[in-house]
Amino acid sequence: MFNLVFLLAAFSLVWGLRLQSNPESAKKGNFLASMGMGLAIFATLFFEIKDQSIFNNLIWILVPISLSALIGTYVAKNVQMTSMPQMVSIFNGLGGLSAVLLSFIELYKVSSTNTDTFFSYHITLIMSLFIGSVAFTGSMLAFAKLDGYRWSEKLSLPYQHIINIVLLVTIIIFSYLYFINLLDFNYILFILIISLVYGIFFVAPIGGADMPVVISLLNSFTGITAALTGIIFNNNVMLLGGILVGAAGTILTVLMCEAMNRSLLNVLIGGFSASGKSSKKSEDGDIKEISDSDFAVQLFYSSNVIFVPGYGLAVAQAQKICKEIQETLEKNDVEVKYAIHPVAGRMPGHMNVLLAEADVDYSKLIELDEANEKFTSTDVTIVVGANDVVNPDAIDDSSSPLFGMPILKVWESKNVIVLKRSMNPGYAGVQNPLFFKDNSKMYFGDAKDSLQRLSSELKNL
Amino acid sequence: METLFNYITENEIFIYLLLFTIILGFEVISKVPTILHTPLMSGANAISGIVVLGAIILIRQTDPSNLTILIPASMALFVGSINVFGGFIVTDRMLGMFKKKKKK
Repeated sequence: MFNLVFLLAAFSLVWGLRLQSNPESAKKGNFLASMGMGLAIFATLFFEIKDQSIFNNLIWILVPISLSALIGTYVAKNVQMTSMPQMVSIFNGLGGLSAVLLSFIELYKVSSTNTDTFFSYHITLIMSLFIGSVAFTGSMLAFAKLDGYRWSEKLSLPYQHIINIVLLVTIIIFSYLYFINLLDFNYILFILIISLVYGIFFVAPIGGADMPVVISLLNSFTGITAALTGIIFNNNVMLLGGILVGAAGTILTVLMCEAMNRSLLNVLIGGFSASGKSSKKSEDGDIKEISDSDFAVQLFYSSNVIFVPGYGLAVAQAQKICKEIQETLEKNDVEVKYAIHPVAGRMPGHMNVLLAEADVDYSKLIELDEANEKFTSTDVTIVVGANDVVNPDAIDDSSSPLFGMPILKVWESKNVIVLKRSMNPGYAGVQNPLFFKDNSKMYFGDAKDSLQRLSSELKNL
Repeated sequence: METLFNYITENEIFIYLLLFTIILGFEVISKVPTILHTPLMSGANAISGIVVLGAIILIRQTDPSNLTILIPASMALFVGSINVFGGFIVTDRMLGMFKKKKKK
């Protein structure tokens, strides 16, 4: 009977994710998946376990679940959409921590009771312990980086990659020692500590624009640990759920790497800084600033406008004013679209969520290829807090670290106006020749303030 | 080598399951469009909280006086379920924003 419930739960999880492939049905899909999870938990609470009554230790189950229901609900209801990457990182880390605790306890049990267990069982446990630890500390560090803690950027040591390889080898040696020393639990403690440290060093050299890759990758790690834990507890729903998450994380990781035209290895090594000293040549060009009123008038008499949002928009929380300007313009028959680069923001799809929060209809969001076709017939393109994803060097300059990255060719539109706080380069640390092009103008200031000035100017016209 | 073959024969059904689940996972997920990647990620996150099933099984099997196992196991359940509740609710909140507006 409970096997049937587990089967139903597994089906709901898969079908729920399937429904998430369309914005219309996605909400239903998420609901179905959560029902699947509920069923699985219900079945696990009540299926027969040999020699144990249903109510054995029930208090140890109900108390943590109710506490976390309160906390989880509170956080989920109150988090800002701009902080979504941080929140996903923390939750991901908690999932990893949970798996670490479980495999640690299981290892403790098998090594203390001396039961006859298979070699493969121990291997699975150690792998789960290792990957879970990396997902846990890695996600916590990713959170710190995303939330802008200064210390988190300074954790990287010289020869970091060699240290990391040494740590990995040490873990393998300790696992081997664990087996030849008749499952001595002390080795597991060492493996745990080194794995936790490895998680920090794994994420430490990666930063800035590469965060979407890291988050996706850590997500897939948590999925893999969950699947391994499923093998340990001989539970197929856990296995299935873990694999689904692992697949999601892996696909997103690959997509993000493709969007930056870089290999995963290159991202993990912390690529940009390694080759960042090129392209000094364009710095001596002249930039042109545009005044509030000129900007407003120009928009007012355009027939179509494209916004290119970037991380700057997210930081400044400027999405709602963006929408306000869109509405003012649309009243004057100006067509407004948003061009979204796949790695804009700090996690996959970050910009889409922010604009959705501001009530922007998702049919107004266009992707890379469609946007690049549209620019030539666009009157004004407004770049809001994006930099590297609109850098022409990615096409023109083979010495640039950005070279080969698919970008938005904003300069092909008749006019480009770049909203930026200062002339500082973006995360890749390279100067952007876009700012010096004949058809581009700068509009300095915090994205939110700038757009606010523009919005009131537009309303006065 | 022989142990490997033996392992495969003994766990045939399990290996089939593993193989097809992986394929299924990739098939289902690869159809999700770019605009839904953030909700997909937080939804997937919630599903990775499925490890709590392991915690529940572990707690149920344990002798009520064995606190060395009960305390860390219920901690695992606690952190894992934050992930489950928080993940599903925040995904729901996000997806609620993706409603298509009717053209006036």
